[in-house]
Amino acid sequence: MLKLIMRRLVIAVPTLLILIAISFFLMHSAPGSPFTSERALPAEVLANIEAKYHLNEPVWKQFFIYLGNLLQGDLGPSFKYKDYTVNELLAQAFPVSAKLGIASFIVALVFGVTFGVVAAIRQNTWIDYTSMTVAMTGVVIPNFVLAPLMVLVFAIMYRWLPAGGWNDGQFKYMILPVIAMATHYIAAIARITRGSMIEVLNSNYIRTARAKGLPGSYIIFRHALRPTLLPVVSYLGPAFVGIITGSVVIETIFNIGGVGQLFVNGALNRDYSMVMGLTILIGVLTISFNAIVDILYGLIDPKIRYA
Amino acid sequence: MSLLAVNNLKVQFTTHDGVVTAVDDLTFSLSEGETLGIVGESGSGKSQMAFSLMGLLAKNGKVSGSAEFEGQNILNLPASALNKIRAEKIAMIFQDPMTCLNPYMKIGKQLMEVLILHKNMTKQEAKAESIRLLDAVKIPEAKKRFDMYPHEFSGGMRQRVMIAMALLCSPKLLIADEPTTALDVTVQAQIITLLQELKKEFNTAIIMITHDLGVVAGLCDKVMVMYAGRTMEYGSVQDVFHKPTHPYTKGLLASIPDLEFDQAELQTIPGNPPNLLSLPKGCPFQERCQYAVELCRAEKPALTTFNQYQQRACHLTEEAVA
Repeated sequence: MLKLIMRRLVIAVPTLLILIAISFFLMHSAPGSPFTSERALPAEVLANIEAKYHLNEPVWKQFFIYLGNLLQGDLGPSFKYKDYTVNELLAQAFPVSAKLGIASFIVALVFGVTFGVVAAIRQNTWIDYTSMTVAMTGVVIPNFVLAPLMVLVFAIMYRWLPAGGWNDGQFKYMILPVIAMATHYIAAIARITRGSMIEVLNSNYIRTARAKGLPGSYIIFRHALRPTLLPVVSYLGPAFVGIITGSVVIETIFNIGGVGQLFVNGALNRDYSMVMGLTILIGVLTISFNAIVDILYGLIDPKIRYA
Repeated sequence: MSLLAVNNLKVQFTTHDGVVTAVDDLTFSLSEGETLGIVGESGSGKSQMAFSLMGLLAKNGKVSGSAEFEGQNILNLPASALNKIRAEKIAMIFQDPMTCLNPYMKIGKQLMEVLILHKNMTKQEAKAESIRLLDAVKIPEAKKRFDMYPHEFSGGMRQRVMIAMALLCSPKLLIADEPTTALDVTVQAQIITLLQELKKEFNTAIIMITHDLGVVAGLCDKVMVMYAGRTMEYGSVQDVFHKPTHPYTKGLLASIPDLEFDQAELQTIPGNPPNLLSLPKGCPFQERCQYAVELCRAEKPALTTFNQYQQRACHLTEEAVA
């Protein structure tokens, strides 16, 4: 196991390097710069600014300067938020997104798996049909429709919950954004779980378990749940990264200062260092969670052995 | 009193294309320690018959008739009562040992859970007993094997594990559903020998479902020949194999290859079993029967009992077939 983790770490370095190089050169090869705005700057001012950010250097040189800084853990100054470095901005925004994301992820996992298992056990009954209809609705309703609707009902009409804001992640501020984020994933996980569970329950070894006179609930939890979760786990890796980083819409609707807002502004303002910083963040998260999924796979399925 | 008395057992499945009768009107009985062989082609209802006794039919399956085990009708029992009988009184081993063990659980745990749940044993007791049975089915290094996963076992070894698992609670009846079909020939012989020994050792009655007439001859006391869900012939192995009274049994026996005579071609029964959804009027075997007469096409032959318990379903007289 330790060997697997070490190997994953070693492979992650070139992967990240390639990711950084491609993003860096693509971004710099696009015409324009962070300082080309509608109102043209005087030539001397522009030259000064470009010199400050090394933009006057050839692109390959800029790349190595960036890499050099990166090795020291420095993601560079933000081009948009003049007084902040990307490190500072991410340090501020990432914990917010992470907290929102992890909460949504846990909610999605618990409810998704529960609904899926129940639907599978009661296959082709009203319980199954109801939960799968609800799940389908959850998949097809986009969160930018669901979130304002919930705000309208629970914050504006009934005034039970705040309409937005974060307030350091206080519980009642988290409820609506978490539900809005999790709904889609609950639905998706429930559908995967149901399909997987039905397949497992029809397998020969579950028939053996029944022939052994084991009680139904014991069979579900001890024999069927583990294999059922295999496809769910492979969905969870990418889903988790998506939940943490892809909350642009939710963070905007609820006015939460997470990574999502940095995304939008970084892209719109061609904030080179910010875009690179976020690319690296997502890259690291994706690589880590894929590795975690692989490790979980090994733990669930004894046939998968990592030598 | 017999251990198991099955009367007019019928299994039907509701499908999109209509109701299929997989098992039609079976009657047989089994005493303690006795072995009944059930032979027939694929799709003749052998396995579904076994599943119906264990309450393992698919959801669209329905069973009727009666099956009295030690005087108690075990058909259509509620789950809790059924779970008292499964493993404790009647155990079952299946056709495909490669897929019948849970691949995500160690063998030991799969064995122990039976004893812990049925016999209220402690983990230590259950472990000792499980290892004892792994030894009994001749698994080498049982102690070491106990902590292994199914994929670390060969097919024959997995079937031995299945057999050990079935015998954990010393059941009165073991239903073996083609236990050797998925195994290669040398391993088949080992498993059959093992069953023969265990039968003596544990005095377990066995229902042996198989394609292999040799297995029936070597292992069984009684035999039932099934075709299209029905009994064609039923009786002691002696009687049925030496004096078959049914054209289908004769055909089956004739199709056993004979090593002593150098046959150019395998003897076969021409044709295929009928579709259970559209059984022909009359005898289900008529289309493939060389003895068939007009009556066979018009009327379904009744199952008649003779010589106390022997059964046959054929319009022709015994002499005409012999």
